[in-house]
Amino acid sequence: MKMVKSTLAVLTTAAVLGVSGFAQAGATLDAVQKKGFVQCGISDGLPGFSYADEKGNYFGLDVDVCRAVAAALFGDATKVKYSPLTAKERFTALQSGEVDILSRNTTWTSSRDAALGLNFTGVNYYDGQGFLVNKKLGVASAKELDGATVCIQAGTTTELNLSDYFRANGMKYTPITYDTSDESAKSVEAGRCDVLTSDQSQLYAQRIKLANPDQYVVLPEVISKEPLGPVVRQGDDEWFNIVRWSLFAMVNAEELGVTSENVEATAKDTKNPDVARLLGTEGEFGKDLKLPKDWAVQIVKQVGNYGESFDRNVGAGSELKIERGLNALWNNGGLQYAPPVR
Amino acid sequence: MQTSANVPRPRGSVWTDPQVRAWVFQIIAVIAVVALGWYLFDNTQTNLEKRGIVSGFGFLGNSAGFGIAQHLIEYTESDTYGRVFLVGLLNTLLVSFIGIVLASILGFILGVARLSPNWLISKMATVYIETFRNIPPLLQILFWYFAVFLTLPGPRDSLGINDTFFLNSRGLYMPSPGPSENFWPFALVLLATIAAIVVMGRWAKARREATGQVFHAFWASLAMIILIPGLAVLIGGNPLVWSVPELSGFNFRGGWVLIPELMALTLALTIYTAAFIAENVRSGIMAVSHGQTEAARSLGLRPGNTLRLVIIPQALRVIIPPLTSQYLNLAKNSSLAAGIGYPDMVSLFAGTVLNQTGQAIEVIAITMSVYLAISISISLLMNWYNKRIALIER
Amino acid sequence: MQTHSFKPDLPPPVLSVGVLGWLRANLFSNWFNTLLTFFAIYLIWLIVPPIIQWAFINADWTGTTRADCTSGGACWVFVQQRLGQFMYGFYPTELRWRVDATLWLAIIGAAPLFVPQMPRKALYGLGFLLVYPVLAYWLLHGGLFGLSVVSTSQWGGLLLTLVIAAVGISGALPLGILLALGRRSNMPAIRVICVTFIEFWRGVPLITVLFMSSVMLPLFLPEGMHFDKLMRALLGVILFQSAYIAEVVRGGLQAIPKGQYEAAAAMGLGYWRMMGLVILPQALKLVIPGIVNTFIALFKDTSLVIIIGLFDLLNSIKQATTDPAWLGMATEGYVFAALVFWIFCFGMSRYSMHLERKLDTGHKR
Repeated sequence: MKMVKSTLAVLTTAAVLGVSGFAQAGATLDAVQKKGFVQCGISDGLPGFSYADEKGNYFGLDVDVCRAVAAALFGDATKVKYSPLTAKERFTALQSGEVDILSRNTTWTSSRDAALGLNFTGVNYYDGQGFLVNKKLGVASAKELDGATVCIQAGTTTELNLSDYFRANGMKYTPITYDTSDESAKSVEAGRCDVLTSDQSQLYAQRIKLANPDQYVVLPEVISKEPLGPVVRQGDDEWFNIVRWSLFAMVNAEELGVTSENVEATAKDTKNPDVARLLGTEGEFGKDLKLPKDWAVQIVKQVGNYGESFDRNVGAGSELKIERGLNALWNNGGLQYAPPVR
Repeated sequence: MQTSANVPRPRGSVWTDPQVRAWVFQIIAVIAVVALGWYLFDNTQTNLEKRGIVSGFGFLGNSAGFGIAQHLIEYTESDTYGRVFLVGLLNTLLVSFIGIVLASILGFILGVARLSPNWLISKMATVYIETFRNIPPLLQILFWYFAVFLTLPGPRDSLGINDTFFLNSRGLYMPSPGPSENFWPFALVLLATIAAIVVMGRWAKARREATGQVFHAFWASLAMIILIPGLAVLIGGNPLVWSVPELSGFNFRGGWVLIPELMALTLALTIYTAAFIAENVRSGIMAVSHGQTEAARSLGLRPGNTLRLVIIPQALRVIIPPLTSQYLNLAKNSSLAAGIGYPDMVSLFAGTVLNQTGQAIEVIAITMSVYLAISISISLLMNWYNKRIALIER
Repeated sequence: MQTHSFKPDLPPPVLSVGVLGWLRANLFSNWFNTLLTFFAIYLIWLIVPPIIQWAFINADWTGTTRADCTSGGACWVFVQQRLGQFMYGFYPTELRWRVDATLWLAIIGAAPLFVPQMPRKALYGLGFLLVYPVLAYWLLHGGLFGLSVVSTSQWGGLLLTLVIAAVGISGALPLGILLALGRRSNMPAIRVICVTFIEFWRGVPLITVLFMSSVMLPLFLPEGMHFDKLMRALLGVILFQSAYIAEVVRGGLQAIPKGQYEAAAAMGLGYWRMMGLVILPQALKLVIPGIVNTFIALFKDTSLVIIIGLFDLLNSIKQATTDPAWLGMATEGYVFAALVFWIFCFGMSRYSMHLERKLDTGHKR
């Protein structure tokens, strides 16, 4: 009896203090529409991908995916609530329904797709694992790293790739594993490790956080494929489609030359049927996705096309200055390719 | 509930019968606990099934595929998650063990210092205790790690002592001994000496009990343990070969290394726990009434013997129970290693492995059970010791 | 008749009174003591001057950026510039008055409880305990009567530390008392349940509990029901702490003489009234210092939420030290954090000692 009472007491306190609401089982879309915002799982601080300023406003390439979904759904890119997640928490947070989308520089792998009950909706950044070293060491290639001490972030695919790479090349290393990327960066700076390894995008992001960024170089070797993309729960195809096509809309918009500045004018007087279909002036493609007619217009208007988002967050317009490389459009020598709207 | 009128003894309703009530209460409680457990279990089952998450302990046999900075047993990337667990467990035990030993020593010194007649010493001990026990251990760990050990110079400009010990941001490098060809004869001599000392100790005790004459066994043993093996080294040559660390490539090679994560963790835990142990020791000593000291002195015992034979045995009885919980706390606090990347069980197993496999429930359950097991064994051990000490009294 | 007059007393030897006497008795009573004294002085000389030099003499107190720190000592400018973040986290700047108001409410509301002459203190205290949390939650979180919502993910810094500690203790106390009663109960099933519960939580480190609540709890709950991150951490902290409170309270229950139980039973009081009116008031009074000590431990333990990514005081500071504009400020940051924690914990431990002395009088032996 006492136990019942105490359990009840705990549960009541819990209820009073802020159970964040009951979502409907299954239909994520209904739940999202009912609560009026998208709950988005992002990283706990990675410049260029998801980063909070001093006031707690979030920016970044990963953040833009969630904003695009909100823009498509509600016509308002600000209707997003963010949950910063550590690498450890991210999958359970999504599995348990705490977040609706996980957009947290997460690598698409078969086991994550299959065993964890998740679905990757696409790739918003093609990455690969690289190495960052202090110029002082005079290392020009990753092949010279035999015997080095390497800093890694715990619980990522990087840890496994690293060991594969060193084993494949018959080299030895000492791994130092930290919980957050900030700690590993600090550690490299202190000389605790010779090398910092992570996805190249992260290395660039970490580099600008160092006291003397010019003192460090990213080695040319890329030792793995790291397609990063937004993730949703398995078994909810409606929601899966919305997230997937929000991203595709951004890529298509870039390909078709629609930008945040010209989107409204283009929507009115375009003669290109591809553009017309994308922007909803021809056909009912939004309705099939259970989205408003002008969904893509809102995305491009409020978030920008993929190229704009890339430039603003990680590319030439940002501090990171990462080149488009693999992330250029397919007709530009890159891998970003979106199926057509029709 | 109604009671019928033909019950022989007039009594209240069945509901007011304490025994019936007790039964009802207990049955309700058990049902509630079982129901709650089943509810959680059922939810979990449904959740796992619905989301297609694979469960079970099979993952322990899979190959881990990542490296570990410090492993006390042989470990390579192709070993299994089960082995990773073992590596983590040993690392946890290592920190706990070193921490407990050092914290006990420091704590006893501080506890005695706090009672010292010397004003300055006792005040310093007080300041130490009040400072360090009021700062969260995690903060102390982070401080030692990030603000002290990581700010040491890099490996190429290490602080060297005698070109044999090196301290840098990668840790403390020191020479490690290995057996030379003279090792086994030397070990035999050493063993023989120790055996001789044990025999002598027994003899000295027996003689003292029989005749009352004191033979200074301690000094004799000290002399033996220094002189005999010393002689053996002089005759047979050095039994050990020292491997001295040397800078080559990125790092020092050879010798032993204490990684900074280990040092920061041990140091912080020692400093923190010692403050609590000191308080336990102080209250233990104070619990022995002053009359005991006076009585011992009037019997002619010297101050050293008074402390050793009269005060400490009695004080220990008061000290042991809280000391046990401090040891337990230290063992549990060693899990804070996760904050600085020391590969203990929590950061390695409940961190990395959990992430690589996604088996949250299994991994956390294993981790918690291990801590429970450690806790229970330390308290059993201490209870046993406690009982042994208590028996001497009566 | 000859009168004998005593000669005036000789003054005591110079070496046994005054400063010299004190020195001799306390510092130089024998050779060993003298040696210790010199050793202590050497240690102090080794430790204290560099710290003072670093923290005060060579320190920079004013400025706005890292460049203003030129004198080589501590750069307190960093702490000063980031103080807002350390105290409130990401709580919106224009709404921070709400946090201040919550704090003032607590201070003003609780003040009468510390006035010894206050009439009907218990009633007032109970009322305060019931009303204040609701009010505080409304102020901090908002959402009703025109206050805009500040979601818990924006709470941080010292605010979060205090919230976790306060909610943790007020949740753990009732649960802990029930557990202690259960453990002392003469119903075997209840006893077994309570003992298992208590020993389980006491046996595992808080960090694994937090892991569990952040990673596993979502899987335990039915789909669609979820707590936010802070809530989950609080749940873990409450369950964990209640086991420790239970042990403290049990100590108090055991200290109540059997006669009290028997007397209460003889008066015809039932279990709950016996406990509520006779035993618990005495037992709880006995264990107040113990509870305060548990609270101190809890307060220090709040820093562990760093592991699950909540931005309490320590994590806010740690985060700020990774800001590229303020690199190399780890020592200043940690020293500041240590100071804040120390002030709280030391203050509480003094208060607990004071209580111990005050409450002890009636009960000793």
